[in-house]
This record gives sequence, structure tokens and C-alpha cells, in this order.
Amino acid sequence: MTGEVNYSDLIPNNIDLGADRRLKRALESWHPKFMHWWKTYGPDEYQDKEVYLRTAVSVDKAGWAQFGHVKMPDYRWGIFLADNTQQDKRIGFGDHKGEKVWQDVPGEFRGPLRRLIVTQGDTEPASVEQQRILAATAPSLVDMRNLFQVNVEEARHLWAMVYLLMAHFGRDGREEAEDLLKRRSGDADKPRILGAFNEATPDWLSFFMFTYFTDRDGKYQLASLAESAFDPLARTCQFMLTEEAHHMYVGETGVARVIQKACEIMREHRTDDVRHYGAIDLPTLQKYVNFHFSVSTDLFGAEQSTNAANYFTQGLKGRYQESRIDDDHQLKDQPYRVIQFDAGQLVEREVAALTSINERLRDDYIADCQRGVDRWNKIIAEAGIDFVLTLPHRAFHRQIGIFSDLHVTPSGALIDAERWARECHQWLPGPSDHEYVKSLMQQVTEPGKFASWIAPPRLGINNQPLDFAYLKLAH
Amino acid sequence: MQAVSSESSSLVHEPTPVGALDFTRDPDHYHHWQLRLDGAVAWLGLRVAEHATIGEGYELKLNSYDLGVDIELHDAVQRLRFEHPEVGCVVIHSLHERVFCAGANIKMLGRATHAHKVNFCKFTNETRNGIENASACSGQTYLCAVKGSCAGGGYELALACDEIILADDGASSVSLPELPLLAVLPGTGGLTRLVDKRRVRRDRADFFCTIEEGLRGERAVSWGLVDSIAPASRFDGAVAQRARELGDDTRRPLAGSGVHLPPIARRFSADSVHYDHLDVLIDRDNGHATFVIKGPQVALPENSESIVAAGTRFWPLAVMRDLDDAILHLRFNETSVGSWIFKTLGDPELVLAADALLARHAEHWFVREVLLFTERVLKRLDVSARSLIAALEPGSCFAGTLFELALACDQSYMLLGQFEDDETPPAAVALSEHNFGRYRMVNGISRLEARFLDDAQTLQVLATRQGDLLAAQDAEQAGLVTFIPDDIDWHDELRIVLEARAGFSPDALSGMEANLRFPGPETMESKIFSRLSAWQNWIFQRPNAVGDKGALVLYGSGERAQFHKQRV
Repeated sequence: MTGEVNYSDLIPNNIDLGADRRLKRALESWHPKFMHWWKTYGPDEYQDKEVYLRTAVSVDKAGWAQFGHVKMPDYRWGIFLADNTQQDKRIGFGDHKGEKVWQDVPGEFRGPLRRLIVTQGDTEPASVEQQRILAATAPSLVDMRNLFQVNVEEARHLWAMVYLLMAHFGRDGREEAEDLLKRRSGDADKPRILGAFNEATPDWLSFFMFTYFTDRDGKYQLASLAESAFDPLARTCQFMLTEEAHHMYVGETGVARVIQKACEIMREHRTDDVRHYGAIDLPTLQKYVNFHFSVSTDLFGAEQSTNAANYFTQGLKGRYQESRIDDDHQLKDQPYRVIQFDAGQLVEREVAALTSINERLRDDYIADCQRGVDRWNKIIAEAGIDFVLTLPHRAFHRQIGIFSDLHVTPSGALIDAERWARECHQWLPGPSDHEYVKSLMQQVTEPGKFASWIAPPRLGINNQPLDFAYLKLAH
Repeated sequence: MQAVSSESSSLVHEPTPVGALDFTRDPDHYHHWQLRLDGAVAWLGLRVAEHATIGEGYELKLNSYDLGVDIELHDAVQRLRFEHPEVGCVVIHSLHERVFCAGANIKMLGRATHAHKVNFCKFTNETRNGIENASACSGQTYLCAVKGSCAGGGYELALACDEIILADDGASSVSLPELPLLAVLPGTGGLTRLVDKRRVRRDRADFFCTIEEGLRGERAVSWGLVDSIAPASRFDGAVAQRARELGDDTRRPLAGSGVHLPPIARRFSADSVHYDHLDVLIDRDNGHATFVIKGPQVALPENSESIVAAGTRFWPLAVMRDLDDAILHLRFNETSVGSWIFKTLGDPELVLAADALLARHAEHWFVREVLLFTERVLKRLDVSARSLIAALEPGSCFAGTLFELALACDQSYMLLGQFEDDETPPAAVALSEHNFGRYRMVNGISRLEARFLDDAQTLQVLATRQGDLLAAQDAEQAGLVTFIPDDIDWHDELRIVLEARAGFSPDALSGMEANLRFPGPETMESKIFSRLSAWQNWIFQRPNAVGDKGALVLYGSGERAQFHKQRV
């Protein structure tokens, strides 16, 4: 006999879980399934080791980042909504603009809201699955710890979405919550919903690129859901954003350290042949940028979207930082400029802003991606090296939307299929690139040591030194 | 009467006049469907060409369809029955990567006139009924392989198939989102087939029709929305295997060649359309058209081999192909011509002989197809929103199969005696065994049964008179015609009924006729045309769907529909 689980202790939360009988009952059934999933499809091999993890135990400054060694299965996945800071909070956009935000799901939007939450929720366990074998090739203990931190927090994001499904969507919500554990990244029969989340994350360069580019899509999706008229969703997503920022930081600094290492070798040995010294050359990095950027831009969906327009009008999903945009927040008869393909050319056109919501979010995303790329380029410039990383044209290598039928070079030139087939591996990582990167992936677990292809970070985690035992590997 | 031309055609195929819809299609030049034949299995794959629309101002995204897509489907279904008797199973599947079919294109519907919407729905319904008819009667079973989202009209197409296999990949779903999304109905048989055909419990059907996203996986099976599911990795194999099983179980010949359907010979002029076996003469001033159908001109082939060899020149098939084309042409392209007058020309004995020949070979696959096709053409006539008037004159051949035309009409006028100064013998009508159940109406009974509803005695008496040539008085007495004016009254009587008809509200007439034509029982088909279509056509007129703020009009703009809350 196992005793009754005290969920309020087990699951840090600010939703008064202890008093919510219905939610408790739903979680009692889901929790063991989640644990089974985590142990089977979560990080491979290191589940019994103590990892120096940050746990959120409340949403205030003191509570959201508590550090300590913990075995991952004992991690306290919590349920948090951002504090309600506004009295009399009002809907900020769409047909219901100015009305009180909703604390319950309106019946007529139950379907679309559930779909939005499920689609977001599905990405969280997906990335854990994608990254489950990476620890075996971690370039350092601190990187391995960062990987696990990202993993447990993605799993916490799953909890956040599952909470919304269980608390607000009845039986359908409970079934969807179970399905989130049944789909599997890359599985032929039960794939994850979005394409990018079925791609393999085979190596650490891909992991850093993924957390920089693909998790940034997550940031923009969460930010626009944080505008939702459905307040529990808005506040849940607001809190998730604080954690998402850390994931992107892992990505940005990871790539920066790879660049740093390449630049150091180039400067020290006065050579472009950094591969000779066991590091990753800048042209290869550019190819990885091209790949991960293009796959991630697909996640924003079709350029013209009725669904996105409906979500906006209905108040379900806003734009990025909606309240800071200077317009009527309803977008009736307003124009927006987009790039289209017309008569054999890529041209800029004015179309209805309302049906261009996806494209607008993609624009914001691309601008944000560029800022990090600029910081990377600063490292290269400071090393006195004449090389500039660039984001490819948005029409490059797309699978979704109007560009998916076209072949476009990273600089935005239209080419035919034959030339594409011939030259695409100048722009995208080819088998030999993957093979080379793979050959570098050797696990380094000695505290304070780093693999040949990556520079150490400037700081340790939570002001700990670099040779701190971020994982306790000895038994 | 004048001598008529010989069997060989002097006409060639002519396209419809500019701006008019044409139902002629060539499978080598389909835009949207790909037909692949593999022994007993035919694969009918849908990949809608976005820009190949028949109207302006919309693109056919996500395998959505307009009338042009459905005309090709209709053509393919028809060809499979006649040209490919070896096919025992037809698999409808999608060649689009992510979507099975998103249903009728909403932008197209939003822009369409009411008349086009109604005609479009009617035609698509007829095509789906034809698919079911092929499964039920031709041994050509339709299997639907659904991978990706299958919404609205897409699911209605699946519902018309005998079996549905759904990919169980967490994403593929079936849905009828019309009500929540567009404020209209799944009007191409969707609601009816859900409960009447698939026996989905009505409370579950109600729930299913109010959720946009539909259902997938196990629940879709357990609710009866699909027959089976297969994991994505085994989906193609499961479909192929089931197709082979269904293909083997066929009442059709395993080998042998089919009958090619060439384009129909016809010629258009300003006020007429001429076919080998039919002339349509249009009187625009008075708003009516006269169909003159010609009986067999020469002796028909006697054995099944020569019948197949005659192919589309075989009169029973040829005359029905002409009639079918004319009905569709007038329905879509001559909407202001409100009354259709039916006349025939020829020897009633030859029509009876043709019927007898068909009856003798009714089990032969080709003859069976001819009979089934005739049944469908007559059904098309039944559900046409036109006043139908039969004029039975001397020289006519309203016998057996052709008498069905008179029975289909709202009123029939038979000349008593002869016209003055005309030697042509008086008109006679005759019944054949085909009038007693061979050609069922959409409500499942024959036109005679509908005419003499629950009157077995009359039907028995009529059955004993098969083959008799009945003159006007006998025909009237037997209840087979409405009026028998003599030559003094004839022209006035006909003029008055046509003028009266032209003066009435066309809407009220369509409604009245559609109600009176189908007494007796209901079937799934009749419910689709009566209940479902009638409600749909009402909703299509209402502001909640088509007003400035109606859901159909605003769909795709991102703006939200505003509904009048009053329940009517």
C-alpha cells in the first residue's frame, strides 16, 4: 500500500492545488504516467545522479530560482501562474477588447483554445525526447547540467500545459494530456505535431542551435499566448517565458563558445583550417544556422492564415507585446507588408494585417534572431577575423507556406530544382559535415574540463566556479 | 412524321458556348484527380491544382474543391463503371502531403450566387449517390483512405464510400465543422449519412457536428465515424490489402475490355442544342424548353457481344447520355428557362423491343450499367428544379423506359386523336417491365408506385397490361396521363399551363414540385435532397450565413460573424 500522495508538497504550485479535488484526481492518474515517460524517454543514463538544478518553488524573485543538487526524477515539477499584477485586467485585442479577461474557457472557444494549448504542450516533451541521448557526448559537466536543466524545465512546461488542459477542458482535456505522453518525437506512427520537433538533435551543435532558434519560436508563441483573453493561459505562459529565456541563453552562449574556440584557433595558428585542431569552422556553423533558422521559421505557419486571424479576433492569441503596438488592436481593414512570390519574383505586397498575424510574429522573431547573430559576429570581429554569420533569406529551405514550392538561395535568389540539388550542401549541412561534427562529440566529465571544440563559459552556474561538481557522478 | 436520320452520327462534339459550364472531361487531362489502375483495384488520387478553378477570386488550397473538381470526380466514377469492368474496388485517397480534403472551398461558396450554390450542392450530391450506387449495384466498392485532415465535404466524400480507413497518427482526423465554423450544414449528405448510413448515434452525431476539430483514432472507430484505423507506418499496406480483398469480391468480369465513353456529339445554336437522339429547343421569351427525344431508329443488336461492340452507339445508352448532358447544361447554363416540355419521336414498339432486350441481358455487366445509368439520369430529372410537362403527341414513343419521362413529369398532356390535316396515327403509350421497379426514384420506389401510392390493386392491373399500346382515353382511364385534350383544345391547354407556370414564383414552384414528386417512403437519398438540401438552401439565404456579417461571407477574413439570435 502506498500512502496518499500529498500533491501540494510534491508539486510546488500557486494554484491552491490542495483544495482542488477535481484537479487533484486528474493529476493522480496522470502523474505516474508522466514519471514513466520521464524515466523511459527522458535523459538517458543519468537519472540516478545528483544534478545541480534550479527549481522554481514560487513565482517571486526569491522562489523562482532555488539551486541545489537533486536527482532528476525527484525534481519538483511545479505549476505556476504569473502573479496577477493587474486589478480589473482587461482583454487587449480582438472583438472582445476592453472586456474583462476570462477566468473560464468560453464554450464557443473551447475547441480552438484546446488546440492551441495542445500544440504548444506537445513541443515540450518533444524536445526532451529529441535530446535524450546528448548527455553521452556532453562537452563538459556544466554543459551536461545545462542540458538537464533545459530538460526538466521543458517537462515543467508540459506540466503547465497539462494543468490548463485538466483544469479547464474536462474529459477531452484529460485525454489530450495523456496523448501528450503517447506521441513521440520522430515516431513514424505517433509523431509529434510539429515538423521541427520530429527532427533529430544528433549532436551538441544542433542542441545549441535548437535552443537558440527553435526555443526562440517557443518564446514568441508563448509571448503571444501570454496576451490571451483566457487569463489562466496568459499567466501560465508569462511564467514559462522566464524559463524559456534561460534555454535561449544556453543556445546563444553555446554557439558563442563554439565561435570563440574557432576564432582562438584561427588567431593563434593563423589558419582557417580549424578542423585540423578539432574545432568547428565558421562556414560549417553558417550551414547549421541556415538549417535551424529555416526549420524554425516554418513553425510560425502559413503567411496568410485564417486560423491565426480567427484566434486574434476571438482574443485567444495576440501579437508579440500586443500592448506596446500602436494601433487599434483589432486590425479591421489594416494593411501589412509581406513578401510574396509573384510572376517568378519575390516581391513585397500589402495584404490584410488580420490574416498576416503569423507573418508578423515571424518578422518579430527574425529581428530577434538577428540580434544574437550580431553578438556572435562581434566575437568574430573582435578576434580580427573577416567573416560574418548571416541569417538566410526567409524563403530559403522552407517546407511550409508560399515558399515551400520554391528553391531559394540563402541570399534570396530563385533557382531551379536542378541547381538546388547540386548546390544545397553549400548552404545546408551535408553528410560529411554531420560526420565531422559527430566525430568531435566525445564526452568530457572531469570538472572544469572542456571538449576541444568549445570554449569554457565565462561564468559558472549560480556563481559557482567552473570546476564545481555540477553533477555528482561518483556513487 | 418526318423521316429521321440513321443511327450513324452526323454530329461531332462541340464545347459549350463561351461562359457556359461544360461537363465534358477527358481523363488524360484531369487537373485534380489522378486515376491509376492496378488490376482489380483503381486508385483515384486527389491533388487539387490550386489555380485550376472554374470561377474567379479563390484558390483551391488544402485539397479543397469547387464544381470543377467534382465534375472530374463524376467523370472518373462514370468511366470506371463503363470503361473498367475489371475494377472491383476504387480507392479514394489524397496525393496531398498533409491533407486528405478540406471540403468545398469556402471562398468560392462565399462568393457564389445562391443559384450556383444550390446547383453545386445538387450535383455533388448526385455524384456521391452515384458512388454509393456503384458500391451497391455494380460490384465496384469504394474504399476511402484518409490520411491527414478530412473536413467537411472531404469527410462527406469519405462517407459516400463503403468503407473508411483512417490513419492513426495522432493528426489525421475526420470532422464536420460546417456549423461551428461557417454557420451552414454539412449539406452534401453529411448529416444524413452520419446517422442513416453509418448509424452513428444521434447524440454523438450532434456532438461531433458541433466541434470544429472532429475526432481521430480509436474514438473515431468506436463512434462509427470510420471503419478502421491503421498506424501511419502500416497505413499504405493496410489500405492496399483491404483494396485487394474488396477488389476480388466482385460481380464484375475479371477480364475483358470495357466500353469507352467518348465526348458526346452535340451542336449548340443560340436557342437550341442538338444531339444524336435529342433536340432541345429553347423558347426564351416564354421561359420554356422542349426536349424531343428520339426512339431507336434501327434494329438493336441481339446478343451481348454485339451490344458491347455497339458501346456508346447502343441506343439505350446513347439516348440517356444525351439526356444527361442536356439536363446538366440547362440546369447550370439556362437557369431562367423554368419549364421543360418532354416529347418523344419514334416507334413505341421499338422502345418496347429495346426494353425486352435489356431485360434479357440484365445480368450482363454492360447492360446492367446501362440500366443503372438510366436510373440515375431519371433521378437527375426528378430532382431538377424545373416544371416538367409531358406532351404526348402522335408520332411519339412514350413506351417502357421512355414512358418513365412522362411519369417523371409534374403533369402530362396526351392528344386525344390526331391533329387536323396530319395522317400520323394517334399517340399511344405502353408499359414494360421496366416501369415496375427497374428505375427507382430517390425514395426507393418506382414512379408508378409513387403515382399509385399504396394502391397495389391498380398496380396489379397495370402489370397485366404490359406491352399493350394504350390510346389516350385508355391511358387517362388507367391514370397514366393527366389530361387528354383533343386537337381543338391542345395548343391552348398547353399554352395556358406553360404561361401559368411562367407567371408563378419560381421558388414556390420548385418547392411545391419537390414536395409532390416524392410521395411515400423516405430513403437516405431522398432525405438528402429533401430535408438536408432544403434546410441548407434556407440557411444559404439567411443573414447568419450570407449577410454582411454572416459566417460564410466573413470566413477567411479573420473577422467574426455576428448572428441574429432569434430562433426561427
